[in-house]
Amino acid sequence: MSQEAAVAGKAPFTPDRSLFTRFNVIAGIIVIIGLVITILRFSGGLATVTNLDDNYPWGIWIGFDLMAGVALAAGGFVTSAAVYVFGMKRYHSAVRPAILTGFLGYALVVVALHYDVGRPWRLPYPFIMQQGTTSLLFEVAACVALYLTVLFVEFSSAPLEWLGLKKARNIVVRLTILLTIFGVVLSTLHQSSLGALFLIAPSKLHPLWYSGYLPVFFFISSIIAGLSMVIFESTLSHRYFAHKMDETHLREKEGVALGFGKAASLVLAGYFAIKVIGISVDNNWHLLGTCYGAWFLVELLGFVALPCFLYAVGVRDKNLTLIKWTSGLTVFGVALNRLNVCLIAFNWHLPSDEKYFPHWMEIGISVFVVTLGIIVFRFIVTRMPILYEHPDYKDGH
Amino acid sequence: MSISRRKFLGWLGAAGMGTAMGSSADAASNKHFTGYPGSMGVLHDINRCVGCRSCEAACNKVNELQSPDQVFTDLSVLDKKRRTTSDAYTVVNRYDPATGTGREKEEPVFRKIQCNHCLEPACASACFVRAFTKTKEGAVTYDASVCVGCRYCMIACPFNIPAYEYDEAFTPRVMKCTMCHPRIMKGQIPGCVESCPKEALTFGKRDDLIKIANERIQKYPDSYVDHIYGEHEMGGTNWLYISDVPFERAGMREDLGITPAPQLTSGALAGVPIVVGLWPVLLTGIYAMSKRKEKIAQEEEAQAVAQAVAGTEAEAEKKLSAALAKAAKDKETVVKKEVKKALEEAAKAKEES
Repeated sequence: MSQEAAVAGKAPFTPDRSLFTRFNVIAGIIVIIGLVITILRFSGGLATVTNLDDNYPWGIWIGFDLMAGVALAAGGFVTSAAVYVFGMKRYHSAVRPAILTGFLGYALVVVALHYDVGRPWRLPYPFIMQQGTTSLLFEVAACVALYLTVLFVEFSSAPLEWLGLKKARNIVVRLTILLTIFGVVLSTLHQSSLGALFLIAPSKLHPLWYSGYLPVFFFISSIIAGLSMVIFESTLSHRYFAHKMDETHLREKEGVALGFGKAASLVLAGYFAIKVIGISVDNNWHLLGTCYGAWFLVELLGFVALPCFLYAVGVRDKNLTLIKWTSGLTVFGVALNRLNVCLIAFNWHLPSDEKYFPHWMEIGISVFVVTLGIIVFRFIVTRMPILYEHPDYKDGH
Repeated sequence: MSISRRKFLGWLGAAGMGTAMGSSADAASNKHFTGYPGSMGVLHDINRCVGCRSCEAACNKVNELQSPDQVFTDLSVLDKKRRTTSDAYTVVNRYDPATGTGREKEEPVFRKIQCNHCLEPACASACFVRAFTKTKEGAVTYDASVCVGCRYCMIACPFNIPAYEYDEAFTPRVMKCTMCHPRIMKGQIPGCVESCPKEALTFGKRDDLIKIANERIQKYPDSYVDHIYGEHEMGGTNWLYISDVPFERAGMREDLGITPAPQLTSGALAGVPIVVGLWPVLLTGIYAMSKRKEKIAQEEEAQAVAQAVAGTEAEAEKKLSAALAKAAKDKETVVKKEVKKALEEAAKAKEES
């Protein structure tokens, strides 16, 4: 490596800091373990590293990495719609980090999918070989593929500014509103379709979770997850990358937390209401007294009603600490909902000894994928104009 | 036949609704489909099955599957409830129908499990590469050459039939009964049917099988539950069952309903054009509105600023002119005073001199 590159690489750090920081060591270990499991997975097949069986063809790589991953990456479309379509310019500094989080989220969903499907090199087959248009999964696949492209283009303005490619950057910026609307359409479709995937299995999913409203539940809760992820991610970014934030970002940060917290509280209230309508429509009240009913109530009261209330209190009292913690609780709640639908309440007829519990190597890959996301996020945020505006394009919007 | 006025109006209304909604209802849900005419199926008479596992052995042989650790004549495997796997397209389970009922029938019943070959298969509807085909002969077949391995078919199947080769690294396949479709095409009958020593399995046209089943039920009403499992379940299947114990006691789900799987998702799929058509228009409208609001706000702001500036300027001018006037007046007074003083002084000087 040339000296120049070495200097450039070290620039963001103080000169005496070694390469073996706590972050680097932990991330490094996870990545090495992840790579070993990767080799095992692709040389020995799914059985070597997973507990999947014929009754549980989908495990946490789908339940968490795909289902929760896509929901938590909804911050991109929620924020860009708020700012560009609804004209809420005061949240402008939240757009780039949200788009970046969304883009990385979707990219990692696709990475994780390569581990899960039997023959990942055939992933383009639904588009190039035969189109199974009767399948909700086809809709999900098409929308995710298109939306990943949209997010890539939306995000590309940051690296283009970083690389100084003004012309290309200006073209991308001019496409903003088009991409935003396209993004909202695609997100509406695939966020809801992820829920609709389970409509075909009424005999397998517990009636408290199975509902004709599943697509609506998934779409609405993805908005909640998106709003909360923006607050959550902003909290973490401020903790670790505060030196990268410009004055505008720091000034608007509080307003973003309050505004998004308020929106999340309202949407959570609406979500709670339609969940209750869902129980009423199918008249499933009596099931609330069962074990699954208790678990359903934990989800509904502990991870929908409670954060709704906490957000409202936090916004009323301008209590940012409460809002931040609530965002964490909400994000966890939406992820839990996806795990419930996909795994816990799925195959509820099966005796407990036949139920699925992930192999440690499945969890290993999930942790590995999340870690990859954090590493790439850090790489980009410390180099590209994400948390600050590039001085050359100050008045670009 | 007399038709009351009310009835007639009711019919008229229904006809009108039918015309208005018929085509759109067809578009959203696949057309009512009662199976390919003349398609083949198998009738499994649970009463006749003795659990000898001959069908399992035959299936294993004709499909060239991996031979199991325990030989097929070993009936101890019946102590456990099994399901189809990638090595076994069919399994026979033993059920004790008296369990939990405290009622008659002491002897166990045996039921064979395999793909039921739905008239409108959930697996085929769920597959995003159309790897499954409902053949006109009745079998649901699978094409491994396009399969991506997403395993959504396994999620979708209400009978828990498709299995996956999880231990295959490079060419994992979904595995399930093919109703011996290749044999049927050669004019042979399925391996399991051929091997059954008790004629518990009957191969034939589905329509004929339903007739045979009904005949048996009518002839021996005490020996059969008055229901053909598979005639309507999940929209109907090509594999049919009759039994003397309630089907639930033979480990079969009786809560599946009669809705074919594709209909379960047709509503959600019908939402796609609505979203695609509605959202862009609505969002562009909202964008235009927020843009216009912004513009008006900007104009108003500019106007207000101009007004304020003009006001301030006028006031400043007024102040200035007032100050100037005052200054002029002051100056005048001073001059007058000075002149007066000078005159007085001059007068004084004159007096003195």
